[in-house]
Amino acid sequence: MKPAKFDYHCPATVDEAIAVLGRYQGEARILAGGQSLVPMMNFRLATPAAIIDLNRIRGLDQTEVTDGTVRIGAMARQRRLEFAPLVAEGLPLLTEALRWVGHLPTRTRGTIGGSIAHADPAAEIPMVLQALAGEVVARGPEGERCIAAPDLFVAPLTTALGFDEILTEVRLPAMPPEAGYAIEEFARRKGDFAIAAIAVMLVRDGERCTTARLATAGIGPVPVRLLDAEAILKERGLGEAAVAAAAQRAAELVEPMADHNASADFRRHLTGVLTRRAILKARDRQNVRSG
Amino acid sequence: MSAPVDIRLTVNGQPREGRCEPRKLLVDFIREDLGLTGTHAGCEHGVCGACTIFYNGEAARSCIMFAVQADGAELLTVEGLAESDGKLHPMQQAFHEHHALQCGFCTPGMLIAALDYLKINPSPTEDEIRDAISAVLCRCTGYINIVKAVKAGAEAMRAAKS
Repeated sequence: MKPAKFDYHCPATVDEAIAVLGRYQGEARILAGGQSLVPMMNFRLATPAAIIDLNRIRGLDQTEVTDGTVRIGAMARQRRLEFAPLVAEGLPLLTEALRWVGHLPTRTRGTIGGSIAHADPAAEIPMVLQALAGEVVARGPEGERCIAAPDLFVAPLTTALGFDEILTEVRLPAMPPEAGYAIEEFARRKGDFAIAAIAVMLVRDGERCTTARLATAGIGPVPVRLLDAEAILKERGLGEAAVAAAAQRAAELVEPMADHNASADFRRHLTGVLTRRAILKARDRQNVRSG
Repeated sequence: MSAPVDIRLTVNGQPREGRCEPRKLLVDFIREDLGLTGTHAGCEHGVCGACTIFYNGEAARSCIMFAVQADGAELLTVEGLAESDGKLHPMQQAFHEHHALQCGFCTPGMLIAALDYLKINPSPTEDEIRDAISAVLCRCTGYINIVKAVKAGAEAMRAAKS
């Protein structure tokens, strides 16, 4: 239960970190909050040749809003974001999601960028990145590129980031002020990894649903948008029958995993139940906000 | 680069220093190098919470941080809660009075996690207390008395302030 030996690097700038990463040719790991990586190292499931600690790079934790986009530095702590008025105002779905991420003491260290780059299938922050159609900025030796959420998550614990790239920023379009939103999650204990979770954002115009976003966590190998279920809400509105149809479609769309926590069938069942609950909660919340 | 490094930090108000390999976990540094064995190493992968300490004023797991990362940091461990004359912190006193421990292994983590949450919410409901201490596992199944103690400790702290 102790990590194996590694070279420790503590660069002062992102460029320096990228240079060191390149030298290790994929054998180095980046240390952000460490709330997933260090447990893996303690178990020696991860035995990187080097650790490149981003914690002393200045300015990687800044949050700002420009042109309707909330830009969050990759090293912004989950706890800081959970209580940030700027996030509560522009991204209330993220605020709500953060309360599901581990526990308060792990959110003290855990970062938004670390959670996304780790890409645990059960993690809530990647689900929000999908639901809000966000993107991340990756910086490497060739410069910066943006990766949209659907292109980022490749497989469990695997992203489209190159071995010599660092995720430096998360960009999320600010939610419409009138949007309703909700997260419904099923886990055995508070703070455990989600066995299934659904994030919803809705915008309603009278009887019509003009925007519908549904995304998953914990169900399949990567978080996904449930586009066909969203389409049902946009076509048929937010009445009881349309919501039930969207929930049923959601359950058909997912590719559920089976593990010691739950069978694939159970995850599929949960998908329908949680989708329905989340849509209704988001719908009612929207009523409160617009009323 | 994997050779020992010097670490200087403040622990319970005192400047301390040590030297260890970068792979040394903060909890082991606190216990073995600084001799402060009140912080407990339980699961050693961030789940049980026995190793929870205040790191720059906020609760964090010391078993999933490296000691080298704490260079320059300010830590508060369970040893720093009581006053120098040995008078218990109101939360420790409440744990004592409500028999909120059996074996005591989780207690340092419970105390720190509870105090951390009270900084955010000084008047928690029972449900909120349960949510907050879900960050720490007690294997003696003593949660009922722990919840009572946190509630009483919070009241005592509010009374002391007013």
